[in-house]
Amino acid sequence: MTNESPPEVNSPKTSAKQKTVKPKRQPKPLRSGQSIVPRETVAGTALVFVIGIMTFLACLTLGAVSMVNTSAAKWQNDISREVTIQIRPFDDLEMEKAIKDASRIALTFNGVSKVTALNNVETARLLEPWLGAGLQLDELPVPKLLTVTLADGAKPDFAKMREQLEIQVPGSTLDDHRTWVDRLTTMALTMVAIGTTVFLLMMAATVTTVIFATRGAMAGNKDVVDVLHFVGADSKFISRQFQKHFLILGLKGAASGTLGAIILFIILGLWSSGSLATPEGDQISALFGTFSLSWSGYFWMIIVLLLVALLTAFTSSFTVQRQVNNLQNYRR
Amino acid sequence: MISFENVGLRYGIGREVLSDLSFQVAPNSFQFLTGPSGAGKTSLLRLMLLSLSPTRGLVKVFGKEASTIRPQQMPIIRRKIGVVFQDFRLLDHLTTYENVALPLQVRGKMELDYRQDVRDLLDWVGLGDRMHVHPPVLSGGEKQRAAIARALIDQPDVLLADEPTGNVDPPLARRILRLFIELHRSGTSVVIATHDLSLMDQYDARRLVLNSGRLQIYD
Ligand SMILES: Nc1ncnc2c1ncn2[C@@H]1O[C@H](COP(=O)(O)OP(=O)(O)OP(=O)(O)O)[C@@H](O)[C@H]1O
Ligand SMILES: [Mg+2]
Repeated sequence: MTNESPPEVNSPKTSAKQKTVKPKRQPKPLRSGQSIVPRETVAGTALVFVIGIMTFLACLTLGAVSMVNTSAAKWQNDISREVTIQIRPFDDLEMEKAIKDASRIALTFNGVSKVTALNNVETARLLEPWLGAGLQLDELPVPKLLTVTLADGAKPDFAKMREQLEIQVPGSTLDDHRTWVDRLTTMALTMVAIGTTVFLLMMAATVTTVIFATRGAMAGNKDVVDVLHFVGADSKFISRQFQKHFLILGLKGAASGTLGAIILFIILGLWSSGSLATPEGDQISALFGTFSLSWSGYFWMIIVLLLVALLTAFTSSFTVQRQVNNLQNYRR
Repeated sequence: MISFENVGLRYGIGREVLSDLSFQVAPNSFQFLTGPSGAGKTSLLRLMLLSLSPTRGLVKVFGKEASTIRPQQMPIIRRKIGVVFQDFRLLDHLTTYENVALPLQVRGKMELDYRQDVRDLLDWVGLGDRMHVHPPVLSGGEKQRAAIARALIDQPDVLLADEPTGNVDPPLARRILRLFIELHRSGTSVVIATHDLSLMDQYDARRLVLNSGRLQIYD
């Protein structure tokens, strides 16, 4: 961009009495500072708004999926590091002996690092939600629970363990949480699939909106496009003139959407950590994990931002090139 | 360079505006295209510019049959043809300087390389002190000269000018005609559509006369 004045013309109006005063010469710019396709002619606000909403929703979806995934992975890990043995009491069972036998059998398997029996206090706490506080366990035929802790990544032969336990300790059952883990995996996968679908649909809606906006901008700039044709511009040159504006609009929309989502997650995170001390908070965080998005979650939101902006620019460029090739087609 | 064979044109279902035209625009030639208002001069120029395809007949430009030209090749052809439109078609949001420089910008040239050329040409057409203003504040004649400058700036192989002297006084018209003649001497084929008889009398050249859709040629 240069601001050059045209060749000086001595103004005849500079009269003798003004001679002492140096006439102020504003160098007149040769260039208007306008782009070939004026920025104002590309309808901006509505597009920025729509792109903003779409990005916001896309980020929410992404965040939700990532949170479900983290929680599911955590549950899965916790659960698969523990199995439980349950011993149901019946009349002539010596509970103490049964517990000892069961622990001994479990410990003979590779990968089992520890077996602990839940004492009465712990069992009572576990049952509190159902049976209320102040429970006298001695009066009730409550089954005994043994927690078998596994070494990291170990996979003992549960089928064999179950078989031996059933033979040697009557009334005992082994629960390796297999169904739970399977369900969790299915649920997590379903969530990811739903999230991905929603995300893709939103991107498709964004692309469609951009296509319409681009066509609108081209129709509004028909004169400019025509002139560009006649002076020999190719479709790439013409599309670049529009793409510039759309990239900026895309960035604006995507940035505000992402920012909104990040703020929302931070607020939810603060709120959930504030209410974590309460029993309700305990339950929520037990179910959903905490509302904290990992750093990678925020990283992916920034990726979404860039993706949406680039998608906007690319879509508009592609649309212009197609339209221009149609216009330049001699055999219309 | 440009050749027409039995070309006919009608808009929609109307009458035939041009019928059975056969002629050639030879390399480095000079011709006037004339005829009464509404005779189809602008339509014929648009056919030559390939911005309109004929209802029937064959149009060839630079040895290529027009209907075989792919959209991607169209810009390359357009760059060899300079046009002055009857309604100028300047971009109002750009300065006169930018309007005239547009063909060069479109070809990917650097402003630093062409700035002086554009200034020189604008000086030559008498717009030296108007180059920083926008077209809406130019007079009709000034707009016309800006449009001419834009068509000439990249020294096209063919220049098509639609009423290039329609808005200027006779001395300036003479000057513009001299510019076209000079361009023709430097190798450009020139087609000037005009109904200004006095202009045609100033230069002895081939005349293509359109009358009720038919073309008569006076070499
Ligand atoms: N886009 C169009 N659609 C329909 N009819 C048209 C169109 N353009 C021109 N015509 C008709 O074609 C005929 C020739 O028009 P054209 O503009 O080519 O004439 P011209 O010789 O350039 O006239 P002038 O000297 O007034 O500029 C006219 O009858 C006009 O009404
Ligand atoms: Mg005309």
